[in-house]
Amino acid sequence: MPAISRDEVAHLARLARLAVTDEELDVFAGQLDVILQSVARVGEVAADDIPPTSHAVPLTNVFREDVVRPGLSQQQALSGAPEAEDGRFRVPRILGEEQ
Amino acid sequence: MGDLTRLTAAELAAKVHSREVSAVEVAQAHLDRIAAVDGRVHAFLHVDAEGALAAARAVDEALDSGEAPASPLAGVPLALKDVFATRDMPTTCGSKILDGWVPPYDATVTRRLREAGVVILGKTNMDEFAMGSSTENSAYGPTRNPWDLDRIPGGSGGGSSAALAAFEAPLAIGTDTGGSIRQPGAVTGTVGAKPTYGGVSRYGLVAFSSSLDQGGPCGRTVLDTALLHEVIAGHDPLDSTSIDAPVPPVVAAAREGAAGDLTGVRVGVVREFAGEGYQPGVLAAFHAAVEQLRALGAEIVEVSCPHFTYALPAYYLIAPSECSSNLARFDAMRYGLRVGDDGSRSAEDVMALTREAGFGPEVKRRIMIGTYALSSGYYDAYYGQAQKVRTLISRDFAAAFERVDVLVSPTTPTTAFRIGERVDDPMAMYLSDLCTIPANLAGNAAMSVPCGLAEEDGLPVGLQIMAPAMRDHRMYRVAAAYEVARDAGAGRFADRAPELGA
Repeated sequence: MPAISRDEVAHLARLARLAVTDEELDVFAGQLDVILQSVARVGEVAADDIPPTSHAVPLTNVFREDVVRPGLSQQQALSGAPEAEDGRFRVPRILGEEQ
Repeated sequence: MGDLTRLTAAELAAKVHSREVSAVEVAQAHLDRIAAVDGRVHAFLHVDAEGALAAARAVDEALDSGEAPASPLAGVPLALKDVFATRDMPTTCGSKILDGWVPPYDATVTRRLREAGVVILGKTNMDEFAMGSSTENSAYGPTRNPWDLDRIPGGSGGGSSAALAAFEAPLAIGTDTGGSIRQPGAVTGTVGAKPTYGGVSRYGLVAFSSSLDQGGPCGRTVLDTALLHEVIAGHDPLDSTSIDAPVPPVVAAAREGAAGDLTGVRVGVVREFAGEGYQPGVLAAFHAAVEQLRALGAEIVEVSCPHFTYALPAYYLIAPSECSSNLARFDAMRYGLRVGDDGSRSAEDVMALTREAGFGPEVKRRIMIGTYALSSGYYDAYYGQAQKVRTLISRDFAAAFERVDVLVSPTTPTTAFRIGERVDDPMAMYLSDLCTIPANLAGNAAMSVPCGLAEEDGLPVGLQIMAPAMRDHRMYRVAAAYEVARDAGAGRFADRAPELGA
């Protein structure tokens, strides 16, 4: 039994905002199935009482003095924008017709 | 004057600092070499001749006016992996989604290189967003291995390793998330070090898997690599995971090691990294290297790290999970590519069309695997379990380092494979990282140093040396001692690569 179906891959692509083609779905479904079956090996390890590690070094909050320091200028911040207008990022519409 | 491109970084620095040659001459010699051979190697995505010559001129002027060199590497050229932000050069990460993007700021690594007077020649090719082991996942075409142009130079930092092996630069910067410095070093006969996680700032390093990503130095010799390590390492308040402690004394260790005495050093051979899937010539070169270490006075101990065999599956859950989150920033709104914005489509549709057009297949696969592993219902079995395995791998290291000072293994199970050989089989590609991944998961230091050529194909083999966290100097000492013994009477290893001609 496959670990993941073609429909599930299509769902993942939607969640990840990837407008994949039908041809890609055919290829990815097989490849993701092979990868997931292989990485599922982590389940063989008895680790019920083992704490998870998210980071190799202990993480603590890092604080700094609350003082103003130079940041990017508006021009710098917009320098890589696909489109800018009136000193702002111009984006496609974010609300649907019915909203 | 001889061929400046054949000299080590340390030799070049000595000549520049003594004013025997100018930094401009050194930079020009490397730019000429790039012009002559990079059409075939394709190590660089962007060469900044003007910027390099200007930086070299500034070094010359400072030295001529009597100033001390800004660093031991002032005036030495370097190839920078295209994953570090540079305000005067494009930063693409090998991806179409960042085609032509020039960041408005420098990475901390970039800034430290500039302040040290290191001359940045350009940006090197890489697997897209550092995901890959062959540099074939670059959207700009593969890089070729100077030892055999039909073969891969490793990945993701194949551009940096190939630039070194082709004598286009004496120094390079890489990043190592699962082996992307060490595996390219191994297959191109060059040296690459992954410092302790947190040892080199990640500020301005475009994120792939934040808990694993680590920038580091690459060179053709152990000393050059150590000199570069000290230039880029050290605490950075702009990276919250940066370690606030003195940089391990890696240069002193490399010099100490070069004396060729490893008496009293305990070297552990990892039992699990051998057997099926390992090329006989790789194992033979590795075993010869271990015998060499024994001859240098090291005590050789076999060590078992039973959970290392689960490092690969754990990594290929953790890294994609973090990547699926990190790469969400490529949303077609603030920088980079935008596709399908026809005035009627929604932001969400434009986002999906842009990511479809801008990302290559491996990036898409990893984003989807990560999205899956983080989904409710699968989280505990996949991501959660992988994090527990990560704990057990760290414990294996801790137990091993109770008994030995460093661990050794082959860097990668095979020599450089042929371009195209593994592109359609992601799992086969992933196996390239089998031996390098544990050090990323545990965060300790590890490096690769060339250890001869495999009998069956005459291609370079890498010896991996792993050290405890913040004990980076230990591996440099062992590597430098080994390097001297390896080259005794045989000349420098890198010079054994076939001539590319010009």
